[in-house]
Parts: sequence; C-alpha cells; structure tokens
Amino acid sequence: MKNGISDKDPRFKIAQREAWIGVILVIINFVWWFGFAYGMGSESVESYTYIFGLPAWFFFSCVGGFVLMVILVILAVKLLFKEVPFDDETEGTR
Amino acid sequence: MNWAVIIPLLLFLVIIFIIGFWASTYLKSSSSFLQEYFLGGRQLGGFILAMTMTATYGSASSFIGGPGAAYTQGLGWVLLSMAQLATGYFVLMILGKKFAIVTRKYKAITLVDFLKERYQSKWVVLLSAASIIIFLFSAMAAQWVGGARLIESLTGLSYTSALFIFAVSVLIYVIIGGFRAVALTDAVQGTVMFFGTLILLVATIIAGGGISNIVSDLTAENPNLITPYGFDGGLTPLYVSSFWILVGVGVVGLPQITVRAMSYKNAKSMHRAIIIGTIVIGFIMLGMHLIGVFARPILPGIEVGDTVMPLLAMEVLPAWLAGLVLAAPMAAIMSTVDSLLLLVSSAVVKDIYLNYIKPDASNQTVKNMSFGVTTILGVLVFLMALSPPDLIIWLNLFSFGGLEAAFIWPVVMGLYWRTGNKYGAISSMIVGVGSYILFHLYFPNPFGVHTVVLPIILSLVAFIVGSLVGKQRITESVKVA
Repeated sequence: MKNGISDKDPRFKIAQREAWIGVILVIINFVWWFGFAYGMGSESVESYTYIFGLPAWFFFSCVGGFVLMVILVILAVKLLFKEVPFDDETEGTR
Repeated sequence: MNWAVIIPLLLFLVIIFIIGFWASTYLKSSSSFLQEYFLGGRQLGGFILAMTMTATYGSASSFIGGPGAAYTQGLGWVLLSMAQLATGYFVLMILGKKFAIVTRKYKAITLVDFLKERYQSKWVVLLSAASIIIFLFSAMAAQWVGGARLIESLTGLSYTSALFIFAVSVLIYVIIGGFRAVALTDAVQGTVMFFGTLILLVATIIAGGGISNIVSDLTAENPNLITPYGFDGGLTPLYVSSFWILVGVGVVGLPQITVRAMSYKNAKSMHRAIIIGTIVIGFIMLGMHLIGVFARPILPGIEVGDTVMPLLAMEVLPAWLAGLVLAAPMAAIMSTVDSLLLLVSSAVVKDIYLNYIKPDASNQTVKNMSFGVTTILGVLVFLMALSPPDLIIWLNLFSFGGLEAAFIWPVVMGLYWRTGNKYGAISSMIVGVGSYILFHLYFPNPFGVHTVVLPIILSLVAFIVGSLVGKQRITESVKVA
C-alpha cells in the first residue's frame, strides 16, 4: 500500500502490460522509420528508386511507417488491450 | 479585404461560439463545479478525446512554422516531423489505465493534484504549479501573437484589431464553457485541421502536376531536397532522431496533454482514442509537412517560411475553399490556446488558491474565482501579446522542453516506480528545468542532439538518486521516531 494505491489491484497489472506494449510499439516505430530513411536514403540521389513518385526511402519510412503503425496500433488495441472499470464503486457490479 | 476568404472563417468562429454556449449549460446542471469546469466531468468519449489531444498538441508550428521549415529543408524535415506519429498512441498507452484509475481514486482534477497526492509534498505542488503558470503563460502569449498575425495577414486588419478578434473569440467560450467547451470545440477544430490538410494536399499535388513531376522539379533545383539530410546536408541522423524525445515520447510530460489522460469516460473511450488519434495526428503531420515541400516548385522563392501555407492556399484553391482551409491553422492555434488558458487558470484556482490560501472556499466562491481568474488571465495575455515583452519571448523558447523536463519523470515514475518519493520528484524538476535552461543558453544541441535530450536524462538520474537517498532519510527518521 502506498498512498491508497494497492499494488495487488489486478487492473494495475493490465495497465502495466499495456504501458509496455506502448514502449514496444514506439521502438518498432523508431527502428522502421530510422532503418528505411537512412538505410535507403543514404545512397546517391541518382540511384534512388521511386514509388508513387516519392523516393523509395521516404515512401517506406514515412508513408509505409504511418500505415504500419496504424495497423499495429489497431491490432494491439483490439487483441491485447482489456477493458477494465475505472471507478472503485462500480468494481463489484460488473 | 478578401470577403470570399473571410466569410468561411467567420462561419467557423460562429460555430465555435454556439458549441461554447451549449457546453456552458452543463455547468449549471453539474453537481461538482470544479470537476465539470476543469475536467468536463470525466465524461469524454473516444472521438472527442482523440481530437482534443491532437488539436491541443497540433499548434501554430504544425500548420505555419512546420510547413515553412519543410519548404526550406525538403523531405528531411517531413521525416523529422514524423517523430510526432508516436504521440498518437504513446501518451495514452503509457499513462493509460493506471493514470485514469489512480487520478479517480485521488479525486484529482489537475496534474498537480495527482502529484500532490502521490508525493505528499508542498514543494512539489508549488514547483509544479509555478512551472505550469510561468511556462504555459509564455507559450500562450506566443500562440496569441501567431493567431493575431494569421488574422492580420488574411484580412488586412491591423495587428491590434486582429488580436482583439482572436482574444474575444477564444475567451468567451473558454470562460463560459470550461473544459467541456474546450474539448468539444477541439473536436470541431481537429476535424477542420484534418480536412484542411486533405484538401490542400490534393490541390497542391494537382497544381504541381502530380507527385512525380513535383519530385523531379525538386531534384532539378537541389537534389538534397529529396534526401533525408536537408537542403544543405545539415540534418544529421542523430539530430533528427533526437526529436523523438522532444516531440515524440517526451510529450507524456506536457501538462496540457496529461490532463486529458484523466478526462475520459471509460476504457472503451481510451481504446478508440488511441486508434483515432494515431490516424489523425499521423495524417496531419505527414500531410502538412509534405505540403510545405511540394509548395516549393509551385511558389518558388518565398523568403519567410511562415507565409508558405497561407500563400499556397490562396494560390492553389478557389477563394472560398482557401478560407475553409485557412480555418485549419486558426483552429490549431485556438485549440492550443484554449487548453493552455484553462490549465493555467486551474493551476491558480485549484492548485494554489484552494490548496494554500482558502481551502474551505464555498462552491459559489470557487465558481466566481474560476470565471474571474480565467478572465483576468485572458486579459493579461492579451496585453502581453499587444507588445510581447522580451521575457515572455525568452520563456516561450523553454516552455515545451522545460515542461517535459520538469514533469515527465515525476508523472511516469510516480505511476510505475513505488520507491519514487518527493525527494526524487523535487530534484528531478529542479535538475530538469535548470539544466534545460543552462544547456539552452551555454551549450545548445550538445553532441549533435537536440538540447532537450540531456536534461531529460539528467532529470531521470536526479529522480532515481533523489528517491533512493530520500528513502534512506525517510527510513532513518522512522527509526529515530
């Protein structure tokens, strides 16, 4: 017990797990963004390839990274996140 | 005056007013004035929550300064701005359910309430309330100047009248409607920002003759514009990556964002908000900055970056549609300013007045105080923005990073590290803000990373060391007793 927050509250286990999912997602996001941008973008401009008119590094890193993150976020929320009640009073009634 | 541009803007302001008045009816029926006025009764649904977070975060810099920088720097700046995609999901996931549950238990209405209950320390409260008041007041004044300049450039009115129109529009709905009015108008403003971006992006691509055409024009002008390194190769991977701290994960520490993470109704709202927020913020940031780069072949030779977005809208769109699109930066500024105003007001009324000056104030007194303080703050900002004092401009430079350095660890570690205590929190805040200001003055961008990075690391160290040393003191004093 610390200032009224019980460590045993099972809702906090769920909350903690979801916070870690947030950290993992941001790491994936960063690695993907960095990898494509500086992996493909550091070549000379003459050897760039283009997708939908955009340089490939930019398309994968920024456009692709955006779409990827939206998909991952939707999957994480739908499959891994759990609904818990927030108010203590309603805890027993659900 | 260009009436075709002004009429859509006026219409937008009228809609915002109507929402403000409608939201104020909730204040009369609510049983807890403070909770309703400063937190909207913790009743926000998923869509409103996502929009109010996005709109509060997206400010003048996303719509005016950002596209201007992208115009100069090329695709490298769009890459940098995409660090902000993380804010869409990261803040709500990290603070998440734990913050929602704990703040309800504490009956916290402000971020400072949470810190007060968690650390049980008067100094934590005073330091954090002071940082909020000083930094956010300056940030607000800077945004007002931006809002007034925008109206000035669009309508041809004088700066003073433009500022007056802007001030009155924002003040009325914030004062009468409180948080609910702010959140609901944010939802409208966020929607305007989203569609404004979409319309302008499509129109710009068409005006430039398609993406391939624009990109080959850019390459012909300066091949660096389509590399990740900026127009002169000056954007290093390390520097660009360090923006993930400033405008990505560090946003967890911004009080105007954090307070929103205690305002939602239930887990379902939070889940929806994470998904909608990621889509909306990602689209706005990608779209707006891409617009800035694409503007280059269409309007070459613009000197002042801040004028790129308004000039482009007038160039590629019919006047009435340009008016609608230019309501977007207007919306971005208003939605940031309204949240800051209410937050500063809550710091004065709830965190200082009710905590230390008059804890037993009656409901009616609190109500009058809240309206009164919000009004006085509004008038003060107006006066500041008329001719901004140097001190305000100087403080505004620190506000974003300074608040992050002050609050990120006391909030995050306070939630997830049980040993964290008031000694850690106080040292973390002092070290964070102090070192940020010192680095900014004497050693900007140390080792090629953004100035904010080291202070955030130092404040983490201070939090851990302070908490561990403080813990010994606490146990020793218990032994003595």
